[in-house]
Amino acid sequence: MLSDNHESEGVEAKSQTERTEPNMPDESLYQAGRGDRKPRQQPRSPSAICVPPDPIVSIRKLSLFYGAKQALFDISMEIPKRKITALIGPSGCGKSTLLRCVNRLNDLIDGVRIDGQIQFEGTSINEPTLDINMLRKRIGMVFQKSNPFPKSIRENIAFGPRIHGINDKATLDEIVEKSLRRAALWDEVKDRLGESALGMSGGQQQRLCIARAIAVEPEVILFDEPCSALDPVATSKIEDLMEELKQDYTLLVVTHNMQQASRVSDYTAFFYLGKLIEYAQTEDLFTRPKMKQTEDYISGRFG
Amino acid sequence: MSTNEYPLHRDDPPGFGRTSRRTQLAGRVFTWLAGGALALNIVMISGLLILLAYMGMGYFWPKTIQQYELTDGTRLWGELHDRETIRDLARGSEADGESMRISVRQATREVYGSEDFRWIPESEIANTSRPDDLVALERRSNGVFYGRLIGLTKDGTTVDATGDALWYDFEEEIEAKFREGEAIDDFEHDEIAGPTDALVRAKRDRDRLLMNQANGDDVRERLSTLDQEIERLNRRGEELSTELRSKREEWERSTATFETATGAEITLPVATILDALRPNRAGFFEKLGIYVSHLWGFIWDAPRESNTEGGIFPAIFGTVLMVFLMTFAVTPLGVLAALYLREYAKEGFVVRVVRIAVNNLAGVPSIVFGLFGLGFFVYLIGGSLDSLLFSDSLPNPTFGTGGVLWAALTLALLTVPVVIVATEEGLAAVPKIVRQGSLALGATKFETTWKVVLPAAGPGILTGVILAIARAAGEVAPLMIVGMVKLADVPVDGEFPFLHLERKFMHLGFHIYDVGFQSPNVDATKPLVYATALLLVLLVTAMNLVAIAVRNHLRRKYASSAV
Repeated sequence: MLSDNHESEGVEAKSQTERTEPNMPDESLYQAGRGDRKPRQQPRSPSAICVPPDPIVSIRKLSLFYGAKQALFDISMEIPKRKITALIGPSGCGKSTLLRCVNRLNDLIDGVRIDGQIQFEGTSINEPTLDINMLRKRIGMVFQKSNPFPKSIRENIAFGPRIHGINDKATLDEIVEKSLRRAALWDEVKDRLGESALGMSGGQQQRLCIARAIAVEPEVILFDEPCSALDPVATSKIEDLMEELKQDYTLLVVTHNMQQASRVSDYTAFFYLGKLIEYAQTEDLFTRPKMKQTEDYISGRFG
Repeated sequence: MSTNEYPLHRDDPPGFGRTSRRTQLAGRVFTWLAGGALALNIVMISGLLILLAYMGMGYFWPKTIQQYELTDGTRLWGELHDRETIRDLARGSEADGESMRISVRQATREVYGSEDFRWIPESEIANTSRPDDLVALERRSNGVFYGRLIGLTKDGTTVDATGDALWYDFEEEIEAKFREGEAIDDFEHDEIAGPTDALVRAKRDRDRLLMNQANGDDVRERLSTLDQEIERLNRRGEELSTELRSKREEWERSTATFETATGAEITLPVATILDALRPNRAGFFEKLGIYVSHLWGFIWDAPRESNTEGGIFPAIFGTVLMVFLMTFAVTPLGVLAALYLREYAKEGFVVRVVRIAVNNLAGVPSIVFGLFGLGFFVYLIGGSLDSLLFSDSLPNPTFGTGGVLWAALTLALLTVPVVIVATEEGLAAVPKIVRQGSLALGATKFETTWKVVLPAAGPGILTGVILAIARAAGEVAPLMIVGMVKLADVPVDGEFPFLHLERKFMHLGFHIYDVGFQSPNVDATKPLVYATALLLVLLVTAMNLVAIAVRNHLRRKYASSAV
């Protein structure tokens, strides 16, 4: 599925360019998207990329290739600690790919090659000596589609702590309760912890996945379009939850929903065709975008 | 394009795009065809079960003993077995309805020899009656006996009684002798087996010492102690066999005397009688009791008289044990192989070839697997085990001959493709995003596979196991060369390791064939074949139900949609 994913992303990226061609205000940008050709104009001006204080994850000149096809171009950005950073952009712009670089989930795809570096708390995560399981313990992830394990609710939460060596039942119970409370799910499920997680509603399942991610006490949580399959009520619950989680965790959120980005995030990065176009405090980006592409996108002229 | 061209109502004039009557008719016909095919299947399966039950289950109902007086003055006691029209060969067509003949089970081999059944034209029968004092005896050997009880001696003294009093004494004596017989069996097993084994061991040690002596070792002292030991054991053995012999004589001293249909008086040792009935006297509920006890005996007793009498318990046990062992062998083997194919191997030419090979393996004739089992498991592995671990008893093979373990492994090989395919499908049905969810928590690939993917694929795996069980329980051909035999004891006894997997075993499938077609008395055993077949079907169903119950439990637990 993953390998298919990159195909479809590639296709989408192409159709995206074709579809948006007539509306494209700056033809040079569109050509740059083709990858091989030298862009006529530098797609980002240094002033459009802010440098937030107190970064926990630093991305340095990151390029990513699926085989011969380049999906990310020379991305550099800092993710601030205990803030919500939103990644927005049209389909196929590489925001999910970037997200999956941070916990190295892209490793599962054959033929992925990465140039550049990502540092997590000052340590490069692209070294071969890196303990990838420890990295993923410290950088959790919530997926686009809720993916509870086909186990009981309790077992779903206890799975992570257990694989990291906690086997004491009392401790596990404590973690289960704490994580579910943290994910605002405890009151809804406390009487049916032994039941299958697959019997819950979509919104509950997604909150369970968040609780599951919290249970291993990560420092960063990656959200890959966490609300795209949810109704507005469930979405607003998750958004409230993100707001709440930001006190303890760094959140990196990919979203298609610009309202959501503007509602919940502190910083927003706009991607287009594999490039970081603009990165700024959310308020600034949505009210005073520096780049024309950003303005066109957030005002709904394409995407 | 006006909307008229797509008339919605059936009565509207036909137009472009109208669903034609022919299309509608084809749909209806197809529905009926599909439903009819299903109905036909159901009728055939239920017909099979009803036939088996009807033909098999009547056998245990106690039948009336008829007395036939023939026109030539002879008298005959027996059960009515069959009745048919006599075909007139000269005219080449069926004769008129009056020319019927009946088949009577006269048994009583002391009088009639081996001719258990006898055809009698109805025209030769002068009189039919049912004297209510006729007795049917079930015996340890020589088949059924029909007669009239006229005398009884208990351990040498004649019992002075007649009529019902005599009958009750007789029944008591049967019961007493039955228990005495069991005690003698126990004595043989418990008291005599030990010293006999010790003697065999001592003799073997002595042989080995002699061999060492030939090599120049000084063994005189050990040899003399061994010789003393052997002599002591020999004496002990003789004492014991004398005791056994006297017990046996004592056991056989009670006798009962019967009058037979021909008027001859036959005296039988009570010890040889297992059960005595007076069916003509029994009421419905008494017969029902007898029926249940016969059925019970059929299921729980060992067969007698080359499988034509007694029960089939060793065959039931052998079948269940073999399928059980097979399940334990095939499940890990198939699941691990499928795990490697689906989760670890890189998809490519080799994996494709392996997959095709696995699928084709399911199509190999089962007798070929039997041959492989004989060559590989029995001769190669079994033979090697013998020379490594059981060299003492060579040239008598221990594992180097067919046995229930090798039969189970052979069938495991036969059914492993089913499990692999089902497991692969189960694994494929586990969404990638669930695996990624586990990896994203920091689980290794092994932890993900073992703790998330495999449990989620559980119902799919069990589907494979269910199919494997169904296949294995019905398979007979390959087993004939890897350890299934006509007659064997249950491979369980008091000797370590209690369950003897190297022993030969009985199997219901083969039992059906043996009783139905290899029996010296096919007429008498026909109902047994049906009853055994019914039992086999029920057994396979029961084993499948257990597996299905486990699967449903897993499904409920995980509420997953996988396979």
